[in-house]
Amino acid sequence: MNILVCIKRVPDIAGAVTLDDAGTGIDESGLGHTMSSHEECAVELAIQTAAATGGTVTVLTVGPAEAVEQLRAAVAVGANDGILIEAADPSVFGPEDIAQVIGDVVRDRAEAGQSFDLVLLGNDAADTGDFQVGIRLAYDLEYPVLTNIQMLTPAEDGSGPGAGANSTAGGSGSVEARGIGPAGTEIFALDLPAVVAVQEGGVDPRYPSITGRMKAKKAAIVEYDAPEPGTGNPRIRLELPEVKASAVTILGEGPDAAPALVDVLEEIGVIRP
Amino acid sequence: MTYVFVETDTSGDVTLTSAEAITFARTNTHLLPDGAAATSRRVAGDPSGSTEGVVVGELTDDAVAQLGRLGVSVIHHLEHPDLEDYSAAAWAQAIVDIAPESGTLLASGTPRGMELMAHVAVRTGQAMAANIVACDDDGLLRQVFGGTAFERLRLDGDLHVLTIAGHACNPEETTPVTPEVYDYDLTIAEADLATRVQRTEAEVADDASGLTSARAVVGAGRGVGSENGFGEVLELVDHLGGALGVSRVVTGLGWRPHSEQVGQTGSRISPDVYIACGISGAIQHMAGIEGAKTLVAINTDAEATMVQRADYAIIGDLHEVVAAVNEEIVRRKQ
Repeated sequence: MNILVCIKRVPDIAGAVTLDDAGTGIDESGLGHTMSSHEECAVELAIQTAAATGGTVTVLTVGPAEAVEQLRAAVAVGANDGILIEAADPSVFGPEDIAQVIGDVVRDRAEAGQSFDLVLLGNDAADTGDFQVGIRLAYDLEYPVLTNIQMLTPAEDGSGPGAGANSTAGGSGSVEARGIGPAGTEIFALDLPAVVAVQEGGVDPRYPSITGRMKAKKAAIVEYDAPEPGTGNPRIRLELPEVKASAVTILGEGPDAAPALVDVLEEIGVIRP
Repeated sequence: MTYVFVETDTSGDVTLTSAEAITFARTNTHLLPDGAAATSRRVAGDPSGSTEGVVVGELTDDAVAQLGRLGVSVIHHLEHPDLEDYSAAAWAQAIVDIAPESGTLLASGTPRGMELMAHVAVRTGQAMAANIVACDDDGLLRQVFGGTAFERLRLDGDLHVLTIAGHACNPEETTPVTPEVYDYDLTIAEADLATRVQRTEAEVADDASGLTSARAVVGAGRGVGSENGFGEVLELVDHLGGALGVSRVVTGLGWRPHSEQVGQTGSRISPDVYIACGISGAIQHMAGIEGAKTLVAINTDAEATMVQRADYAIIGDLHEVVAAVNEEIVRRKQ
């Protein structure tokens, strides 16, 4: 099974953020970058699924030239190659644009002989949190789509009722997908080709090996230029929450402070009789 | 008018997050698109127009009464054998089929709400804005960067498709009304059932529902030390009749399941009290607890973000402190 994983370069935020001069983005000058946590799990799921089926994993990102770092990080843990859709400022694109850009590249790669049975994304990106690129991409490609998925298991016989139904991908067969729903673990049977948005929690992303890091340096990265945004991003500006002065009441130190905390809990009324 | 997708729990009751979304819709005077506001204000005295609920599947009498107390004047009830097993595409199309052409269509920012509104946005040719926390003359405001910043934006179009961030407001009842219930003859396309749930393993229940509704949540971070280090914390959870919530580090280490994770990529909670034990206060975790009404920190580091942001704090080893708290609770009960 050949799998495409769409990832995004996002600032690695550990503390408070500040805005850039224009007020439309955050000041990234002092920040490192990473991929979103859901996407780390999507990469891991892809690697496991490809290994189980003798397939490949390609990672794709829409981002600045520096985003090749995130592509190579994915290759270092087991992806085969990468696609960089270079956009100096990806924030000008809205979710519909991003889905369209990815869809165009999927079609282009299919024409070039690189078809994907499964396209994985993170449920949402750590920066914008839009939660719709995967679904918009699926509609663009006319594939079925699932979100909030934590586990994938290829069907044992490698076939499915929709096998090979779409010419954009070489997809065939089906997978069992599992995700957490309101009443428990929900299980889906998904015909391929398909789009799946992955929710953190089902698998643990692996760390790169020394061999993996060496391989990542030499990995093939296909590059595209991003087109002009179509619908664009409706952002007017960013705003920061009001900084509240600390008003903490220190109840004490160590076990001796326990009665003071129990007083507070009794006052709130949360101690079960 | 504003349509709110209403989620119900396994008992058929309206969920807390849906009650929040309904309250948000009912009380926000700027929620409607400019063109829609003038044409669809059907309820005199309600500047946002009528707030109407959309319920898919079973609609209990209790839910109808609940929605009436929340000010929902009309319930659009979508029931069909093909909708019994969840399929985002089929549910979304059913909603699209009865949705207004202008106004606002929103859901709470739960996984279900997010997924359905994204499908609805595509099928209606609209943009979608997720995690809205406010709206006013300057447009919509939504959480980005895990809640550490807000994005001000404007949507075009006569129909706004939104999700409301968890705990963006408190659910508030109003003068009760008796909702009109509209039932529909629905046609479900076979193609929209391709991704329906095949089966649900309820024995692996999602603890997130308990987390988001608990009045008291005890949080545990790396400071517990190991997967066997939750004894005192779980005992405190029991004394409070609450829920355990953990940091991403804890789930990343495999000590507890992801369903217990609180934060940007876990549950967002709004308990009466959150007791953070051995949690330093990473920004992604803080995003999940900003709805807590009272924040208590138990930490060895007095300078930790969690301590600085807390209402009350005890400086010390969490195991020693929580054990003493448990003993004190037991002593007072005797």
